[in-house]
Amino acid sequence: MTTTPAEPELQERLQAGFDATIARNDRIEPRDWMPDDYRRTLVRQIAQHAHSEIIGMQPEGAWIGRAPSLRRKAILLAKVQDEAGHGLYLYSACETLGVSRIELTELLLAGRQKYSSIFNYPTLSYADVGTIGWLVDGAAICNQVPLCRTSYGPYGRAMIRICKEESFHQRQGYELLMTMMRGTDAQRAMVQESVDRFWWPSLMMFGPPDGESPNSARSMAWGVKRNSNDELRQRFVDMTVPQADALGVTLPDPDLRWNEERGHHDFGDPDWAELAAVIRGDGPCNAERLRHRRTAHEDGAWVREAASAFASRSAEVAASASAGPSGGAGAR
Amino acid sequence: MNDDHGSVFDGLIGGDSAQWAFGTDFEDPLAGVDTTVPDGVDHAELAAYCLMLGDDALIMSQRLSEWCSRAPDLEEDIALANIALDLLGQARLLLARAAAADPVVVPALPEGSPVPAEDALAFFRDAGQFGNVRLAEVANGDFAHVIVRLLLFSVSRLALLERLRASIDTVLAHVAAKGVKELTYHRDWAARWFLTLAGGTEESRRRLVTALGDLWPYQPELVATHPVELSLARAGVGVDPATTRAEVDGILDQVFAMSGVARPDRPPLEGEGGRTGRHGTHTEALSGLLAEMQVVARAHPSGRW
Repeated sequence: MTTTPAEPELQERLQAGFDATIARNDRIEPRDWMPDDYRRTLVRQIAQHAHSEIIGMQPEGAWIGRAPSLRRKAILLAKVQDEAGHGLYLYSACETLGVSRIELTELLLAGRQKYSSIFNYPTLSYADVGTIGWLVDGAAICNQVPLCRTSYGPYGRAMIRICKEESFHQRQGYELLMTMMRGTDAQRAMVQESVDRFWWPSLMMFGPPDGESPNSARSMAWGVKRNSNDELRQRFVDMTVPQADALGVTLPDPDLRWNEERGHHDFGDPDWAELAAVIRGDGPCNAERLRHRRTAHEDGAWVREAASAFASRSAEVAASASAGPSGGAGAR
Repeated sequence: MNDDHGSVFDGLIGGDSAQWAFGTDFEDPLAGVDTTVPDGVDHAELAAYCLMLGDDALIMSQRLSEWCSRAPDLEEDIALANIALDLLGQARLLLARAAAADPVVVPALPEGSPVPAEDALAFFRDAGQFGNVRLAEVANGDFAHVIVRLLLFSVSRLALLERLRASIDTVLAHVAAKGVKELTYHRDWAARWFLTLAGGTEESRRRLVTALGDLWPYQPELVATHPVELSLARAGVGVDPATTRAEVDGILDQVFAMSGVARPDRPPLEGEGGRTGRHGTHTEALSGLLAEMQVVARAHPSGRW
């Protein structure tokens, strides 16, 4: 719990203990003292991540009903189900910081907390299921693997499990695209068209360039974040280029080439104005994604109320039963 | 300091596919199972029977999966997806078994099409060729609707699969043995929610009773007997659903009694000239469902997925 001790001395001692834990690369645990800003930053980041998992169920979930084989239908349904599970772990991690799942959901629906901008792009063909696995989950893994060692314990542990499952997701996406590339000309064209649409939004998933990322420096100092946006983006490009070659698709960037001197690929700039617009709420699907989530939440309200009412009634029955016929008042 | 990045990506190109859940190696859903049809069993009847049970699972799974990302809470979203996945797995095996028993049932596709037989059956048949009960196909309603539908469906299917474990057909016996474990959970989950909604709020009880009234006319079809079922039951291959009726009624009455909900007094939904879902005569809902389910597969009859 956060405390606000009267004596500045105690405050300093707590801060020093926190700083030492961070310096040792150790974990901060829920019951440890932590600065209010650290707590707020974590809530913001973990909630955004949780919301991304839940909103992220929609673009791919839309294709479960249309999956073109029974095997692909099972894979996709299991994958989208995993995302609900990730959302659950992350909301739970957030609850250790004193914010409930219901509060976070309401902040999301009120537009006061964000989710990853990538999910505001539409899915237009079945190839998008593959591309999302390969590029979007691939970019997410680049962002998330370092978070397995983030300074806040419950978040780091949730991330270990999530990253393992995400690597399956990436694999299934790549495998779908690989299979489609061995299919018909129409399927190959579908894959290329999908990659063309998702390449730039995937690069945007790492966030704005380092110079324009307002929260990055402090998050790095706290060990909440471990690498800069540009570093991770470069890593993603370097890893993806040979995969695209193996697949037989072209990445839609005329400036993309190997730079011998740097030992990295050079690549063009994503359209940062587009990213800003999507974050602001003006992306192709922002309104639709929130509307879908709000409808599900509101449609389920009567069920959640019924479950609470039933649980408290059952608890009363159990209490009065165990208290015996004359112990009813005491049991309450 | 981030060497651990590498491990996540190792194996994306080439590498050992055994480490991945969905590698390319797993193709034949009946690999390793003896698919010989027992002596004296009519191949066409066996195929038709597998399609009935497989279509029930497939169509029910399709409706359940429509709930994905729409459930009242994350826990229910995950549970509904689990149940849909279980039924999808059963469907895949049963459709593959139908194709193996009598290849004539598999729709013709362009020469050289790599579409496997169970997918041809799922995605290239028209509504009139589906043998599922009509309960599975009706459009989704609210959460009470999905709970009632699942309760009615799983109580019957579990009673059926318990008996089917003794089938002289090895494949059906295996599918049933696996299915019994799954259906036990489905029935339990649906019954718990039935009790919760009945004993929750006035609103939840009202919705539950409405859904039960709406779906009850579809229930008798679950325990009605089609001639193929009767014939295969006599051969020791299948189960006559009528033999599950007493057990099904008993379990439903128990759930109704515990929840204080009256057993609906509504007559069965008529067929047309005695034909119902099992005969390929469906509600209007099925062709709409298939239009969505089959759209991508049908656009690419030679596609490789």
